[in-house]
Amino acid sequence: MAVDTAPTEPAPTPTPAPDVRPAVTVARVATRTDSPMPDAAASGRLEVGALSAYYGTFRAIREVSLDIPPHAVTAIIGPSGCGKSTFLRTLNRMHELVPGARVEGKIRLDEVDIYDAAIDPVRLRRVVGMVFQRANPFPTMSIYDNVVAGLRLTGRHPRAELDGVVERSLQRAALWNEVKDKLQDSGVSLSGGQQQRLCIARALAVGPEVLLMDEPASALDPIATLRIEELIAELKASYTIVIVTHNMQQAARVSDQTAFFTMGDDRAGYLVEFGDTPRIFTNPRERLTEDYVSGRFG
Amino acid sequence: MTDRRGRVRVRPSIDISALQAARGWPTERVFRGLAMVAALSIVALLIAVAVRLTAQSIAPWQKFGINFLFGTTWDVVNGIYGALPFVAGTLESSFLALLIAVPISLLTAIFLAELAPPWLAIPLTFLIELLAAIPSVVVGLWGVFVLSPLLRDTVEAAIVQRLGFIHVFSGPAFGIGLFSAGVILAIMILPTIVSISREVIVAVPMAQREAMLALGATKWETVRRAVLPYARSGIVGAIILGLGRALGETMAVTMVIGNKDVVPSRLFDQAQTIASKIATTFNEAQIGIQVDSLIGLGMILLAITIILNVIARLLVSRITRGSSAALSA
Amino acid sequence: MTTGVPVMAPSSASALLASSAADRRRGIVNGLFLAVSFVAAVACVVPLAAIVAYVVIKGAAALNLSLLTQETRALGLGGGAAAAILGSLQMVFLAAVIATPIGILAAIYAVEFSERRVAGAIRFAADVMVGVPSILIGIFAFTLFVLPFHQFNAVAGSLALAIIMVPVVMRTTEESLRLVPGDLREASLALGAPVWRTALSVVLRTGLSGVLGGVMLAVARAAGETAPLIFTALGNQHVNVGNLGKPMDALPLFVFVNARQPYPVQNAQAWGAAFLLLLFVFVVNVIVRGRSLRSRAR
Repeated sequence: MAVDTAPTEPAPTPTPAPDVRPAVTVARVATRTDSPMPDAAASGRLEVGALSAYYGTFRAIREVSLDIPPHAVTAIIGPSGCGKSTFLRTLNRMHELVPGARVEGKIRLDEVDIYDAAIDPVRLRRVVGMVFQRANPFPTMSIYDNVVAGLRLTGRHPRAELDGVVERSLQRAALWNEVKDKLQDSGVSLSGGQQQRLCIARALAVGPEVLLMDEPASALDPIATLRIEELIAELKASYTIVIVTHNMQQAARVSDQTAFFTMGDDRAGYLVEFGDTPRIFTNPRERLTEDYVSGRFG
Repeated sequence: MTDRRGRVRVRPSIDISALQAARGWPTERVFRGLAMVAALSIVALLIAVAVRLTAQSIAPWQKFGINFLFGTTWDVVNGIYGALPFVAGTLESSFLALLIAVPISLLTAIFLAELAPPWLAIPLTFLIELLAAIPSVVVGLWGVFVLSPLLRDTVEAAIVQRLGFIHVFSGPAFGIGLFSAGVILAIMILPTIVSISREVIVAVPMAQREAMLALGATKWETVRRAVLPYARSGIVGAIILGLGRALGETMAVTMVIGNKDVVPSRLFDQAQTIASKIATTFNEAQIGIQVDSLIGLGMILLAITIILNVIARLLVSRITRGSSAALSA
Repeated sequence: MTTGVPVMAPSSASALLASSAADRRRGIVNGLFLAVSFVAAVACVVPLAAIVAYVVIKGAAALNLSLLTQETRALGLGGGAAAAILGSLQMVFLAAVIATPIGILAAIYAVEFSERRVAGAIRFAADVMVGVPSILIGIFAFTLFVLPFHQFNAVAGSLALAIIMVPVVMRTTEESLRLVPGDLREASLALGAPVWRTALSVVLRTGLSGVLGGVMLAVARAAGETAPLIFTALGNQHVNVGNLGKPMDALPLFVFVNARQPYPVQNAQAWGAAFLLLLFVFVVNVIVRGRSLRSRAR
């Protein structure tokens, strides 16, 4: 495999190195000399090693280790308060935004330690996107502006390019047909389910590889929930998806792998079991897992 | 059974009046009546002030018509009264104050609400609120003897030297004048704008910030693109409240503005606001058209203030629900 | 492998490690923003420090027994602020005695007795009153309490101050009462206490520290008001104790008049009086606001 020897600055080109990423094709800037070019199949793989997350002195997550495979859906399940959301937020370094919050252990995205001092969290969050429990479109922006909100952070883009991104992202989020005639309407003029798909489109527009979803359908009605789940099944072909859900049936329907967390006696969450979804739900290895999935507690 | 408004009312099966008599019902009525009178007195006061001032100031409008507002002469001897110098002085000094205060206030509010750690934000917020508590006359005293000479020797001299070829910035600059009044007013309205803006910004839901941050935004980009647009109407309300306070400010302005009855055309002109005109001449004024004209000035100020106040509070209440910061405005 | 060329297969490692010129610019702008807003915050505190420093330095220098005990003498002949001090004490006290019960009762009515819309109208009127320039209140008081008697008097001054205080007391009391939990009211009412009893013995007593704090802040504000007194109490060179039908001096009036005199002796007295006034206002504010700060920090 050829090692790239180019310098960190892009080779002289008439236009500056493009850091705009339309939803499908991705333009990349040169790598450092010492890191190998990972092969395409490995992209979007998250490796978590002995991760502990703290709020000040309180440990919320204890020594979690698991590998999240690319182009698949990994579900995080478990009772309330066992650190599922906290874990998710360590993956895009949103956890550390809370004053006093910190992390121990390692998280690697395609062999790169995302907590390395050289990594800018701002950059990381363009590669690892997030969708929240309650849809949070920007109320002062139109649907169009919402979708391109992330893109506009990196400067001015020609209108044609933005139009293309908007259409592709909304298509990928299965929302295009419903809003294509009213792109200038306010982002909050949509129904709850539509707003959530708008937020998904917004996250996809910056071209991430990993999509984190924190209980994305818990505030939605069953029909809207179903559409989100169908969407997730489509998206996993192109993205690595990690979804936190308190709904076991949803995890069983939607995910390829499932991680079961629970709260220990020290009130810290820890990983009980992780494996292929069918096995976790039909033939779990741990007693705690079996109790949870058969509804005996939680 | 339904009452007049069509609401269904349940007839109680117990004898309320017996219970009420046992518990001192007349006291309840008396107390409630007193409380109602007290509450209504506030409304009555507001109406009374407006009505009284308007009624007492009809005479100059009758005599001078619209020229009362646009006339530039205030001649006691010949009985000609035009309010324009004072309206102009009021508006110019207040807008100058806004020009200086708004950028500093907004940046400060953002700093306190978004950037500063609690050990810094809490004392700073406290100190800025303390600034608002300084009596106007004390600020004016400091303004006359400390700030005006300082401005004259530094900022004003520099402006006259570099930009003096433009009429607005031309000298002479004595320290006392429109510019000093603007700076003093800016200092006095800073706390108002800061505290209300800060509360409005704090009220922006965390979810909005998280959405922007998750897209890969820096702190500044999050504030600029997610927080401020969301808080926009509240911040505008804060600014309008600051403007209202500047318009009505009396003592400090009176002491540093120069007290000359002319429409100011230069930044360093000596001028007069409505409030300062009333403050300096009311007691010596003769009963009759002179006093009535002064009250007429007051009525103009009252009208502007009330309208601005109403608009501002509507805007602020859209974001927060009756915040306590608005009380000290 | 060439660099800077759009690649179909994404590579997160390179995306994370490289930083483009646009990103660096964003980082610089962000840093600039932090610096500028910090400077702005400091700039807000500077005037406070400057005013306090000068008032303390110049005021303390002018503090002596004659300032406190002698009557005003114009034309640079010295004298003192005794008339002003005693006048302020009397008029502010009288204003507080009038305004406090009215303000508290009005707040009780708005919170405990009335419907939402009536309460809203009262609150609205109070807020507007708070924003009315105090000089206009002074004129109002002049037309009602001075003009008919052709006599400037201290009662008119006290009433003007009371008019200013009532809406302030009402709003702060209302906020304190609203903080009292509804459960307390319901418990009292369930025990058979009438509403007025509940309001006084339960609600008011619970919120008392907040209410008293609000009253003290209103008193401090009234003590510093000048404009309403100019046309009502007028000021007085001689000490006036108890004769409320005649003009009376007050500290803010004293400062105002002496500041505008061309005699340094008088100016120095203005600083001294300002020092006393500022001391009182600050002590009250620090006590009241400091207490609420500490309870908030808990």
